[in-house]
Amino acid sequence: MSDSPQWFDEEAGPVVRPYALIRGRTRSSGDTFDLVATVRAIGDPPGELGPEQQLILRAARSPISVADLAVELDLPVGVVRVLLGDMRDHGLISVSSSSAGGTRANERILKEVINGLRAL
Amino acid sequence: MDSVLSEDPVALKILVAGGFGVGKTTLVGSISEIKPLRTEEVLSDRGIGVDDLDGVEAKNTTTVAMDFGRITIREGLVVYLFGTPGQERFWFMWDELSHGALGAVVIADTRRLTDCFPSLDYFEQRGTPFVVAVNCFDGAAQHSVDDVRIALDLDDNVPVMLCDVRRRTSAKEVMITLVEHSLRTLTSAN
Ligand SMILES: Nc1nc2c(ncn2[C@@H]2O[C@H](COP(=O)(O)OP(=O)(O)O)[C@@H](O)[C@H]2O)c(=O)[nH]1
Ligand SMILES: [Mg+2]
Repeated sequence: MSDSPQWFDEEAGPVVRPYALIRGRTRSSGDTFDLVATVRAIGDPPGELGPEQQLILRAARSPISVADLAVELDLPVGVVRVLLGDMRDHGLISVSSSSAGGTRANERILKEVINGLRAL
Repeated sequence: MDSVLSEDPVALKILVAGGFGVGKTTLVGSISEIKPLRTEEVLSDRGIGVDDLDGVEAKNTTTVAMDFGRITIREGLVVYLFGTPGQERFWFMWDELSHGALGAVVIADTRRLTDCFPSLDYFEQRGTPFVVAVNCFDGAAQHSVDDVRIALDLDDNVPVMLCDVRRRTSAKEVMITLVEHSLRTLTSAN
């Protein structure tokens, strides 16, 4: 890779900080994953997965948030999102944020949270 | 996989904002198991013209460690806390965090109240429900919540409270006040 910014496509813009791990990309289909979106392993891993992908698959055997994954792998969220985007595209994981991100919680849930906090 | 997919957990986000050294990390740590979460943002995403990046290589990212805490209310219902620096240059993180957030705690220190102005502006503009928690540092003159409310020019419906972020019960009280406020905001909107 040369020293000047590389372009992957028009959308992506220049890569200003290549990571070996994700082959220099800073964008992927995982960009929109919410920090609290739920990740689940769904596919059987092919043999040649990288170590980070294997860690993700292992950690996501039970549902785990994007943020928790980043902490567990000790990687910046941006890198984890790129990895997750690829893995989803390959059918290895599902990522869903239906219950988070976009919508505010309903009344019943908020009351449950209040009671839960009181009980802490 | 070993089991049938269960329903997605309900994951709620609460932001903890305020100036440097005001007690964000302490608050998150008082009430949850806290971990540093590394974010790395590419500045080219942030409205900087592409031309501005010509000839720039490795330095156009910002690494920011956020405070990240998790409170499990019950299986399938989790509250995530994100403590983020209050300065405007970190607003790129807030844009993401405040999306769908339950609300925000703005921590204020009466010795430098202006530090929390950007946070207040941000959440007011965004319509994110927030409470102001005045962290009572030792030795700091005690101000009444009314004084703080006036000094910050807050709407009457914004809860203002005194707290000691080092104490769990106090941190809990702050969180409960916020969620109650969010609930009121929600029900009055319907
Ligand atoms: N005496 C006293 N010190 C506090 C209080 N809250 C926080 N601190 C201290 O102030 C410093 C800054 O707090 P921190 O939570 O790191 O602030 P942040 O920059 O907003 O995350 C730490 O050394 C805390 O121990 C308080 O209520 N009283
Ligand atoms: Mg801090």
